Amino acid sequence: MPTKIEKDVISGRETTGQVWDGLRELNTPIPRWWLYTFIATCVWSVGYVVVYPSVPGLFGYYHGAIGYSTRVEVNSQVASIAAIRARSMDRIEATPFAQIASDPKLMAVAMAAGKITFANNCQPCHGAGGGGRPGFPTLASDSWIWGGKLEDIQTSVQHGIRNEDPDARMSQMPRFGVDGLLKPVEIAAVADYVLALRGANKDGTDVTAGGKLYAENCVACHGEKGEGKREVGAPNLRSAVNLYGTSKDAIIAQISAPRQGVMPGWNARLDAATIKSVAIYVHSLGGGE
Amino acid sequence: MNEYVTPSADEVSLYGDRVRVYPRAVHGIARNFKWALLIFCLAVYYILPWVRWNRGPGNPNQAVLLDISTERFYFFGITFWPQDIVLLTGGLILAAVGLFLITSLFGRIWCGYACPQTVWTDLFMLVERWIEGDRNARMRRDAGPSTLDKVWRKLAKHSVWLGVAFWTGGGWIMYYVDAPTVVGDFWTGQASYGVYGFTFLFTATTYVLAGWAREQVCTYMCPWPRFQSAMLDEQTLIVTYQGWRGEPRGRGKRDVIPAPVLGDCIDCHACVHVCPTGIDIRDGVQLECIGCGLCVDACNEIMTRTSQPLWLIKWDTLARQAGLAKGEIVEPIKLVRPRTLIYLAVLGIAVAAMGIGLAMRSLLEVSVQHERAPLFVRLHDGSLRNAYTLKLVNKYTHDVSFTVTVEAAMRAKLQVAGSTDAPADAITILVPADSVGAYRVFLDAAPGGVEAKNAEITFLLRDTTDNILIKRSANFIGAGKPGGG
Repeated sequence: MPTKIEKDVISGRETTGQVWDGLRELNTPIPRWWLYTFIATCVWSVGYVVVYPSVPGLFGYYHGAIGYSTRVEVNSQVASIAAIRARSMDRIEATPFAQIASDPKLMAVAMAAGKITFANNCQPCHGAGGGGRPGFPTLASDSWIWGGKLEDIQTSVQHGIRNEDPDARMSQMPRFGVDGLLKPVEIAAVADYVLALRGANKDGTDVTAGGKLYAENCVACHGEKGEGKREVGAPNLRSAVNLYGTSKDAIIAQISAPRQGVMPGWNARLDAATIKSVAIYVHSLGGGE
Repeated sequence: MNEYVTPSADEVSLYGDRVRVYPRAVHGIARNFKWALLIFCLAVYYILPWVRWNRGPGNPNQAVLLDISTERFYFFGITFWPQDIVLLTGGLILAAVGLFLITSLFGRIWCGYACPQTVWTDLFMLVERWIEGDRNARMRRDAGPSTLDKVWRKLAKHSVWLGVAFWTGGGWIMYYVDAPTVVGDFWTGQASYGVYGFTFLFTATTYVLAGWAREQVCTYMCPWPRFQSAMLDEQTLIVTYQGWRGEPRGRGKRDVIPAPVLGDCIDCHACVHVCPTGIDIRDGVQLECIGCGLCVDACNEIMTRTSQPLWLIKWDTLARQAGLAKGEIVEPIKLVRPRTLIYLAVLGIAVAAMGIGLAMRSLLEVSVQHERAPLFVRLHDGSLRNAYTLKLVNKYTHDVSFTVTVEAAMRAKLQVAGSTDAPADAITILVPADSVGAYRVFLDAAPGGVEAKNAEITFLLRDTTDNILIKRSANFIGAGKPGGG
């Protein structure tokens, strides 16, 4: 390719000297400001390599003059957020329930923390909003097995129910059917009596025999009128809500081979202020006492 | 080597440089009106944030305040909520149609007198004239070498410009936050990043647009000049050079005998020298003309000095000018024409709609949402509970108390969540002034079988002070089977 640098008539500038089908290109250098900016970035990059972690090695890497690390930065940010949260959470831990309720700002923090914690930890069993599932109590209802006061809920969350925690809520209902303590006919009679306690004995069955068996076997825990005993987790048999069903079949099944649910204790996983917040949230769902 | 055609120099300069405009000072009727409007507009802009308006304790006392953080727009006695955004739309429609009407009547007087770009450019030019002198002095100095005189004048001019720009940018912020507070916070370093950021932004834009960009904003950036021709017609009053009277232009004595064949225009270029956009009005209607009429003033001065009749350049319509050029007797200016009547009608409709909208604006808003999780809850006595969230908006500046009852096919009682009161047929909810409250309410249907089915229910909310009844329908979700068994 012939190269003949010549002067362009119109612009007065030189050409690159190359000709394509009669077309010639002006030699237009990149603007000065662009060039200087480019040089400045080159200089900048040298400083960058020195100051920041940059060069990989065989057994590690060059950490840079100021020892910057994104991991350290994230940790410090997490720590600073935790410190901000701690201001409220420490107060929640130190303040009795009654006083939290009278402090709208603290209450709002507790409700927010409780709601999130509930969704992350409790919702899989107890349902969104505490709606419950078969075998898992409806926390939005006012029917409680172990008590619906804030302190009761707090204890249940802390230690759980029927688990390895020595302070867990414990109770054991005898397996009247499986272990042969009562005959099937007797169990059916007791079930009729339990229905009658709730006023659901619609066909007017004679429940005298069932009553007698109830007084002998059940009164100690469930009470004379079936009102239950929360200290031992014996449910109120007169409630329209029952964990394992309210039909006659469900009652017979429960007497013969009681299902007794287990709930983990949360002491090890959640801190005291968070557990308190969860208790406040659960209490607010509608059934709190 | 192949031959190629050498393009001419005109064709090469596709990207022309800006021709710097050096407007000369001028005196006259248009200039006086422009000064008056400039002072008025600037006074409104700078003083308005400092006007106070008592809205009672706990409410901002700034007359005009766009409070972004609490989502309120305070305008004297009216408080706008985000729900009233439609009124803002209406306001913009009013402004647009009003602009159409004014433009169809009097040409681009918005551009020439009231547009912020014009007002601030004028202010900056005034500063420039004070420091650097008038047109000729400025041109001479700019063309000359960098002397001490030139450098200090330039420095002084840009400093004053930046000062004015900062004052403008700071003034803008005061419409969004309490003015006295933000002034104190600003200088003690207490203001938010937003305040500093926006002050910097508007300082920069004012400085660049009014100091450097000037007429280029009107000619190249603003869309309005591009479609204003749709509003103009031959009956619109515009700044016009009366060519039939002025041409043929030329210098030379007019009172010699025999009289030379010359019009009234002595071709002194005074109209060009005073023009803030640097155009020659004698070329006719053009995109760059902002209709400020400073050329009218300039020409009148010359006409007075040369003892010729005034108003060689005047506000007139194209139709009248066409008639005058032919020597006809022309009609007077027609302000009432189909176009202006239509704009006026649209403006009237928009004003009426806005007025009605403002007057009918509800100051209480209620919505009822059924809670979704759980849909219903069985209680220990067998009754079935549905939970609702009542969202109550109180735009009044006083508290409003609602008595809430429910119309339903079943026996049901109401209870506010968290309340220690027993469920009742009617509950009372207090909504504090100027607030939105979400209240969880339980509706407990007594056991008896009816609660097994879904049902339509109606919430009745009665405002106990003004006795306004608000009805909201909602659904009751049944359990699907009777309770208690």
